[in-house]
Amino acid sequence: MEYFKLTLDWASIAVIPLILLLFLSIGYFKKVKVYEQFVEGAKEGFQIGVKIIPYLVAMLVAIAMFRASGALDILTYVLKPFTDFIGMPSEVLPMAMMRPLSGSGSLGVMTELMKTHGVDSLIGFISSTMFGSTETTFYVIAVYFGAVNIQKTRYALPAGLMADVAGLIAATLICTAIF
Amino acid sequence: MLNHIWFAMILLAILIAAGSDIYNELLAPQPTGISGQKAETRNLNEETKLGRVTSAALEGASTAVEIAIGLIGIMALWLGVMKVAEEAGIMKIIARIVRPITRWLFPKIPEDHPAIGAMIMNIAANMMGLSNAATPLGLKAMEELDTLNPNKGEATDDMCTFLVINTSAITLLPATAIAIRASLGSANPQMIIVPAVLAATCATIVGLTTVKIIQAFNRKKDVKYINTTNRKNRKD
Repeated sequence: MEYFKLTLDWASIAVIPLILLLFLSIGYFKKVKVYEQFVEGAKEGFQIGVKIIPYLVAMLVAIAMFRASGALDILTYVLKPFTDFIGMPSEVLPMAMMRPLSGSGSLGVMTELMKTHGVDSLIGFISSTMFGSTETTFYVIAVYFGAVNIQKTRYALPAGLMADVAGLIAATLICTAIF
Repeated sequence: MLNHIWFAMILLAILIAAGSDIYNELLAPQPTGISGQKAETRNLNEETKLGRVTSAALEGASTAVEIAIGLIGIMALWLGVMKVAEEAGIMKIIARIVRPITRWLFPKIPEDHPAIGAMIMNIAANMMGLSNAATPLGLKAMEELDTLNPNKGEATDDMCTFLVINTSAITLLPATAIAIRASLGSANPQMIIVPAVLAATCATIVGLTTVKIIQAFNRKKDVKYINTTNRKNRKD
């Protein structure tokens, strides 16, 4: 496990320099004007950044208000019978609710849970696995669709949330089984 | 769909906040509110739910701009590199290698379209836990997918499939979670790697099944629309 971790750590440090080196040298030796093409591509960066602002504002404002109102506590209460049924400790439920909504929010909840209940407790194990296995769906939807000015997202959000629910339940069941 | 969910979040936030303030101020057994304390000594912005909802809304708005602005530099870097890769023909090679998978996932995209290369790079970056690189590559992929979009402003099936793969991203090294576990003194911080990969795999399978079922259902309902889309795509 030590070596595995070490390899992964090094891989994650080396991979970006390697990709840059590989892509730029292939381009260079294929006689692509690398500097000019780089600048040409990079020009779009600003427009995309500006384009996503309205989408991100809409999404983050709604999420921030929702969190501040205490609505999550009510949802937690409503969902408790179901999570009891699959054996999820009720302390973890706020983490599961927060994960698709906010990256920094769920990071806070996870850290808090591990501090109160112990890093190596079942609760700490499940919450960090949840954090490591799912993405902030609402954020991804706002940013990705915002970049191409798409307002009608059709079934992307429900499908993404289905995937989240499956991931969160799977994290609970797997962690409980091997703990 | 997002219309309903977005509106519901804001409506619920305001109703719930107002409700709990009314309860706390007027109906609670031991009122901490108006009758209990003089108004000047209280900071209503922090003490009431409605006050907190207000400041959360304002903070959320400025956080959004900060995030978007912060993204510009990394975006420019990766878009530049991707442009070079495209000119050098690297994206086509990547697309060709993964063709067996992408033919099933994205049947409507022409086989060596640049969208495929960008999506694969994004998924690979996500797997390696390089979230800084993943977002710019993903946005590049969305731009390429949008060139195939006959109805601008509306998501295509391929975009939805890509989004679902992205939101259930499988990460081989959940670096943030491991780092926090380590900093809190865990005996085995990397213990979560295997369960996290398994859970994310479940999420991806369920997500993909969901979009594929929805897409199959839509196709039956609206054959003509899909056919015209196909023809338009090929011309591009």
